[in-house]
Amino acid sequence: MNTGTDTPGTLADPIDSTRIKADFPLLSTTRAGTGHDRLITYLDSAATAQKPQAVIDALTNYYETTNANVARGVYELAEASTNAMEAARRKVAKFINAPAANEVIFTKNATESLNLVARSWGGTNLGPGDAVVLTQLEHHANIVPWQILQAEKGFEIRWIPVDANGHLDLTDLDRFLDGAKVVGLSAMSNVLGTLTPMRRIADAAHAAGAVVTVDACQYVPHLPTDVVEMGADFVSFSAHKMCGPTGVGVMWGKAELLDAMPPFLGGGGMIENVTQEGFKPAELPHKFEAGTPPIAEAVGLGVAVDYLSALGMDAVREHEVRLTSYTLRTLADRFGDKLTIHGPSEPAERGGVFSLELADVHPHDLSQVLDEHGVCVRAGHHCAKPLMKVLGVGATARASVYIYNDESDVDALADSLEAAASFFSF
Amino acid sequence: MAGLEDLYREIIIDHYRSPRNRGELDTPPATRTEGFNPLCGDEIVVYLQLGEGTGDERVIEDIRIGGQGCSISQSSASMMSMSVKGKTIAEARDIMRSFKAMMSIHESSLDDSVEEPEIEVDEMKLGELEAMRGVVKFPVRIKCATLSWNTLDQGISEALA
Repeated sequence: MNTGTDTPGTLADPIDSTRIKADFPLLSTTRAGTGHDRLITYLDSAATAQKPQAVIDALTNYYETTNANVARGVYELAEASTNAMEAARRKVAKFINAPAANEVIFTKNATESLNLVARSWGGTNLGPGDAVVLTQLEHHANIVPWQILQAEKGFEIRWIPVDANGHLDLTDLDRFLDGAKVVGLSAMSNVLGTLTPMRRIADAAHAAGAVVTVDACQYVPHLPTDVVEMGADFVSFSAHKMCGPTGVGVMWGKAELLDAMPPFLGGGGMIENVTQEGFKPAELPHKFEAGTPPIAEAVGLGVAVDYLSALGMDAVREHEVRLTSYTLRTLADRFGDKLTIHGPSEPAERGGVFSLELADVHPHDLSQVLDEHGVCVRAGHHCAKPLMKVLGVGATARASVYIYNDESDVDALADSLEAAASFFSF
Repeated sequence: MAGLEDLYREIIIDHYRSPRNRGELDTPPATRTEGFNPLCGDEIVVYLQLGEGTGDERVIEDIRIGGQGCSISQSSASMMSMSVKGKTIAEARDIMRSFKAMMSIHESSLDDSVEEPEIEVDEMKLGELEAMRGVVKFPVRIKCATLSWNTLDQGISEALA
């Protein structure tokens, strides 16, 4: 798996963030701030990415020129709308190297994607005596669906632990996988930035007879993604973290598994036939897309994919490795032991997500002072409370970078952290 | 535009640095109630020891606070513990109502354009808690300030049950 170069600094950054920033109206327009209008320093892309003008225009353009319900009408406009959505599906399939476009299911978000896997595959295949293996890195979206199902089906949930450096501890992997039917795995931690050894775990899981469902929300927007090379059976992610609109997510799955699974939600669009006696589900992907799908949002996602593809995902990764390296170095230089940055210390082993703890300043208070300086970070448990417990903290302040961030944003973060330290100079 | 000084008043920082009534009580006879802010992960534990008597006339003989969280949630809990200790349940509920009114909490207001109803804030009852008034200017932080009070409310119900 290509996780990027580990020798940043030898060549020019392949991404010109100043030029990129100009594509994002929210980042290139001043906003009312404390006492004066200012540009914000947006460091919360792990929560949601900002949108380039092209994506914003795609939504308007769809509604102005193409809006009709999909896969229903025979009139020309309905066909154009259907074609627009299916073109977006093919773009997404190509972007993640899916073997077939009909393996790409549009959902409302990654959470729905992960619930679909748990409910449809897990609900059919799990029972007492079975085991589901999760990692302590997981987001609640890859935990709670299994816990809901566990209450019904009575299987065991096992947890792959995290070591002191924020990596998965795979010492007992074989023991965890013994009798396991599912492995639920985050490709990149939304708290620590840890990149997990997906292929190794997937191969071991398959050898043990388990399927692998990957939460790739933090991975697909930031690294070249090849679902075949990952070795996963299901890969879930959301559009809004990769410059696309909110309201649409993706669940990719292997066709032979999807074909054998029952539908998740029932309704219009997902059937081939319905009688008083029962129904026959539609073919993939429509079998899993009940009701009117997020059409405009899917089209917008297609444009986001175009935008990222034009930059090149290798370049995106290279840029973020460089910026991660700069961030770790800058914060260590300026704050030393006063600032804890959780997670792996090697830029090549992590993404640009930094969970920060500034001595004696609670993350919530920290982010309040940062906001005063126009710096947007996320404070809280990041929907990963089991991981917070492992880290021994209630919350962290999380800064995360993307294509439009550069060294000046990291410097602004460091300046505002200094202001916070001085404001709360206990 | 509200500044940080409106939020982080000196007395709030003082309660955060040196929280009052911090600790635990034996359960039973005391009750233990947990409150969570699911948005930020703040946790408050309220231990209550009520005196003899019936219903709202019972006195909060002792109160202890546990948990972890930001300066606003922790200082609010500390001030709350001081303000209700030794008071009857009825008096504690009065203070709670005044505090929530100060926090501008009005249930079921659906229309943004409607003027907020004026609920009288009894400043006499609030005392030191007045310092929390600045929180209202930072709407996301209101939940931090009210977490301990909601937990107290729940704790009283459990202690009386």
